[in-house]
Amino acid sequence: MTRKSRRLVLISACGAVLALAVGLILSAMSGSIVFFRSPTEVAQQGVAPGTRFRLGGLVKEGSLRRGPDQTVDFAVTDTNATVQVSYKGLLPDLFREGQGVVTEGMLEPGGYFRADTVLAKHDESYMPREVADALKAQGRWQEGAGKEGAGKAGGKDAGQTPGAGAGPTATANDKTLGPRSER
Amino acid sequence: MLVEVGHFALALALALSLVQAVMPIWGARSGDPTLRQVATPAALGAFACVLFAFAALTYAHATSDFSVQNVVENSHTTKPFIYKLSGVWGNHEGSMLLWILILTLFGALVAVAHHTVPPVLRANTLAVQGLITFVFVLFIITTSNPFSRVAPAPLEGNDLNPLLQDVGLAVHPPLLYVGYVGFSITFAFAAAALIEGRIDAVWARAVRPWTLVAWSFLTLGIAMGSYWAYYELGWGGWWFWDPVENASLMPWIAGTALLHSTVVMEKRDALKVWTVLLSILTFSLSLLGTFIVRSGLLTSVHTFATDPTRGVFILAILVLFIGGSLTLFAWRAPLLRQGGLFAPISREGALVLNNLFLVAACATVLVGTLYPLVLEMVTGEKISVGPPFFNTTFVPLAVPLLLIVPFGQTLAWKRGDALAAAQRLFAALALALVVGLATLALTWGGPVLAPVGIGLGAYLVVGSALEIISRARGYGASRTASPGLIWRRAIGLPRSAWGTALAHGGVGVVVLGIAAQGWATEGLATLKPGETLATGPYVATLERVSPRSGPNYEETAAILTVRDRHGNAVGTVDTGKRFYPSRRMTVTESGLLTVGASQVYASLGEVQPDGAIGLRLYYKPLVLLIWLGAVVMALGGAVSLTDRRMRVGAPTRARTKALPPNAVPAE
Repeated sequence: MTRKSRRLVLISACGAVLALAVGLILSAMSGSIVFFRSPTEVAQQGVAPGTRFRLGGLVKEGSLRRGPDQTVDFAVTDTNATVQVSYKGLLPDLFREGQGVVTEGMLEPGGYFRADTVLAKHDESYMPREVADALKAQGRWQEGAGKEGAGKAGGKDAGQTPGAGAGPTATANDKTLGPRSER
Repeated sequence: MLVEVGHFALALALALSLVQAVMPIWGARSGDPTLRQVATPAALGAFACVLFAFAALTYAHATSDFSVQNVVENSHTTKPFIYKLSGVWGNHEGSMLLWILILTLFGALVAVAHHTVPPVLRANTLAVQGLITFVFVLFIITTSNPFSRVAPAPLEGNDLNPLLQDVGLAVHPPLLYVGYVGFSITFAFAAAALIEGRIDAVWARAVRPWTLVAWSFLTLGIAMGSYWAYYELGWGGWWFWDPVENASLMPWIAGTALLHSTVVMEKRDALKVWTVLLSILTFSLSLLGTFIVRSGLLTSVHTFATDPTRGVFILAILVLFIGGSLTLFAWRAPLLRQGGLFAPISREGALVLNNLFLVAACATVLVGTLYPLVLEMVTGEKISVGPPFFNTTFVPLAVPLLLIVPFGQTLAWKRGDALAAAQRLFAALALALVVGLATLALTWGGPVLAPVGIGLGAYLVVGSALEIISRARGYGASRTASPGLIWRRAIGLPRSAWGTALAHGGVGVVVLGIAAQGWATEGLATLKPGETLATGPYVATLERVSPRSGPNYEETAAILTVRDRHGNAVGTVDTGKRFYPSRRMTVTESGLLTVGASQVYASLGEVQPDGAIGLRLYYKPLVLLIWLGAVVMALGGAVSLTDRRMRVGAPTRARTKALPPNAVPAE
């Protein structure tokens, strides 16, 4: 086998694997990414029932109701619009009324959101970034308060570890978001 | 006082690392051996200083010195002692200090342990390592000083996040960091080779042990983190394709590719430029991972609060090292000479294919991790890329890679015979098919892909064992059938052969564990004492719900008896909700019952006033194989590290020159 043909084999192998990877990425991009929507966006733009998306906001005060067989209902609000959520399963430890939450699932024809995932957070003062942005969009989030929160959170709660444990934004000081119910 | 001395030691380390970064390179350029030799004492001094600083911080944590800000934020007098120690790296400042401790440790090891490396290469390598150390110490001193004091000192600290008060998380960061940071050495070697404009088998042999150490520790670190997430987060999943997890997976994949390409380079003097590029990419991905974890730019399920302003500094470091090294690569790589011809079907060819698939898989993870960030910057649209994306991109690239693994080790160097290799693997292929079909028949009506995975795992395990057996049997005239002789020959095989077989077999064990999750089941119910919940082959009965006290928490525990379907007791499982008063935080402690390699996993939900509890119960068949396989892989790396080649230097330059074929450029 000559050097030229050897190089040809190498280049075509590279090309084939590259094409495979690009093809896989493109097909996955079209099918398996999930958009984030705030309650206001859901109310204004409307989302077709059966489309998976992430709904984020605050758990509305006084909206949490537990049903039989570990079903729970609560409302997610960005203070402007509210979406009713139904979930079957165990709620994360830091799930509380008045606190930020991100849920994933789809709208049912009845207009309520059936969540199959309620995302946990690992830290009291953490506010999901999408939720903070959604609240900002509603003018309910003061940049100053957020910063103060970030400073405090960065100081008080920077408890994390590299691989399994760290990540995003400290934006919230929960006191700026009103009272919270202790369990 | 000790804390101030620790702070001073850190500043001294900054100065020493600057000396280490500048002097040796200057000496290597000007041919001044005295300047060049400054590298060794500077590297040792920097390590000693950082070690002292780290010890000072550890002392402050151990004695609960609440005049130190870092201790106030992360410690509490009632915290168990082991978590006082692990609390040192359970926070941003301390974990960055651990980062540079390991960085300087590797620098010191290269300084003392590498007499087989040519002096110029060693000087340049240490200089690059010194530059990395300098930049990171600067980062700590200017943005994340762990030694700041508070006045007046509070009487009590804020305590460590209860989720981090766990043995798994106490050992996870050091393991992971040895892996992450270990790749800085291969990066430094690559940059040094580019600076010198020369690279050969000596370089490959010098780099290989470091790659092995870093890779083995990273494997363990990722496995540990995965197991922690599995039992501590209470969702029963072992991998979430979360940005923070991906951050550690990407350098691991690139490091695996590097591990294989250095073999080709060492044995056959080929793939030089590619290996240098991989060394750069691997450490770049480590840096990117540090950036993702530390900056908080990406939303992660493992999210804790972080300070985004530090991200800018790390981004600058990222640009400096990735941009700088790639520029150096573009400028100097054409100087590196190619060597070692090989046919497409050969061990080299298989390893090139391995590298191709690994890099492609790594690229899909990178795209999936960064795509949400890029999309939000460009369009403002917020999305999340979750497991479905990675399962449809990563898995199809991983499967062909796993299929060629046993082939690769069977093929000969330079020019292989695919048909002969297939014949030798016939037993593995046949057995895998039988195992897969038998599993499918036994679990008829269940998932279809899981038996395929079981077959693939069996193929990898048997293929690795077969490689050892057939090598021990010998070929041609020396071929033997006597079990005693085969055993003795197998013992006498090079350690690297055993290491390879163990690592590849470990991959097979991981695949078996992952595939078996296709049969995992879960149940959810509200239970009162005496009531039962069934899942998989087991039935759990709630015995009682009772309060318990720990050293720094109050717990409400649910105790369950697990029986099999015939009513025989298998064991008990207790899961609880722990309330940590210091942080006013409740954490669910999941309960695990191990039966063989399988586990019954219980997670407690809401405890209602009438004594009923919410309970999620999982049955996880053979789940422990996932982490045991990773341990076997790391063990393979360790065995390979004890190979004689690692202790003996590569053939000297004079001998290489005497062999003209190696000096012929290939392209």
